[in-house]
Amino acid sequence: MRVLTAVIAIAAGVLIAGGYFFPALTDVQTLLLNWAIILAGFATLVGIFNLIAVHTGKIRRGEKGSVYSALLFIALVATLFFGMILRPDHSTMKIVMNGIIIPTEAALMGMLTISLLYAAIRLLRRRADMMGIIFLVTAALLMLGSATLPFGNIPLIGTLLSPWVTQILALGGARGILIGVALGTLTAGLRVLFGADRPYGGT
Amino acid sequence: MTALVILISSAVLLLVITLWKRKSPSKLREIPAFTRLYRTLGLSVEDGTRLHVSLGHGSLLDASGGSALAGLAMLRIIAERTSVGDKPAVASAGDPTLGLLAQDTLQAGYQATGLADLYIPTMGRITGLTPFGYAAGAMYISKNEDVSANIMVGHFSSEAALLAEASDRENVTIIGASDDLTGQAVLFASTQDALIGEELFAAGAYLNDGASHTASLTVQDILRWLVIAALLGGAFAKLAGII
Repeated sequence: MRVLTAVIAIAAGVLIAGGYFFPALTDVQTLLLNWAIILAGFATLVGIFNLIAVHTGKIRRGEKGSVYSALLFIALVATLFFGMILRPDHSTMKIVMNGIIIPTEAALMGMLTISLLYAAIRLLRRRADMMGIIFLVTAALLMLGSATLPFGNIPLIGTLLSPWVTQILALGGARGILIGVALGTLTAGLRVLFGADRPYGGT
Repeated sequence: MTALVILISSAVLLLVITLWKRKSPSKLREIPAFTRLYRTLGLSVEDGTRLHVSLGHGSLLDASGGSALAGLAMLRIIAERTSVGDKPAVASAGDPTLGLLAQDTLQAGYQATGLADLYIPTMGRITGLTPFGYAAGAMYISKNEDVSANIMVGHFSSEAALLAEASDRENVTIIGASDDLTGQAVLFASTQDALIGEELFAAGAYLNDGASHTASLTVQDILRWLVIAALLGGAFAKLAGII
């Protein structure tokens, strides 16, 4: 069974990769990608059941924070039930979206600002080395350079230093990192195509 | 056509070097994050605490699939090494397909060590479908499930700071790696050990998961030198007025 899984996975990978280079394989590539999209849709449904299983387990065992698990379970079931009956375009469902989900995400984004500030403050405690100092000084200078001030840009920092760092140093570094990530992605993909890595379960 | 040539050459190189590395294993430079990870794996088994592997919200259907695969490769190694512990490792994902593969990978890790009966399906979880939703769900695991280390490997952006801060508050060791530039900057600032750039893909080689992983690093090095040569050659040709 495991060999069959590996053969199917490798064949699908080779056909999809081949579709980018050989026009004859484009139809097969499109078909396989469409199947993948349908499977991803089903995976969402399985993910919801997984979430329910995790949180009902917590409620049953009376674990710490199980009240939140109960709240999540009720909200999930209610949203799913009313979403199926009323449809997502209904005004009530839009209220759920605009009144609960979006503000919650916005609140988390607000918390992120504090988290990042906290991380910057603690950076030198964690990394008291040259890289930590360079990181912090660069971040502070760039913030000063891009801040909206009543008297306009700070001379040198806002007009010269900040654009030079962002357009030359940071851009060059970012491209270098992205090239490295791309090469890593290439070899990770090849390992999966060869069956050396099997994220689909084989031992 | 160039892309096909690069792909085939890389594939041939990977095959040849994998066979070569099986006979003569190479020595790798030290990366502090992997040294800490190696120590953390042993410690978590000894002191009966849990490891939390955060796989991020990268999808296998887009460009972030590479980091998702790297995260799954690391999860497999962690599952095998910690399966004998009192508390099994937990994996969280922000993408449904990645979540399913995380469950499958954990199960495969347990099967490989002959402990298939100890595998629990809820060890692989999908905690949210948006970046912040995922972070909120994963933060909960670090706080409430006796976690000693949070290994963040995958596609993370700025929301990584929330996860790192929640772990830091509980004195949880954090090891972070992302393919996203914002995520890397955030992880550098908020974790003890961050993996930068392609180091994300080196976990298998550093955790001794086989010759193919070490060979991948060598192939990456060869390709990197070729890219450097092409960049310098292009710059020289431009200066000389050839192109």
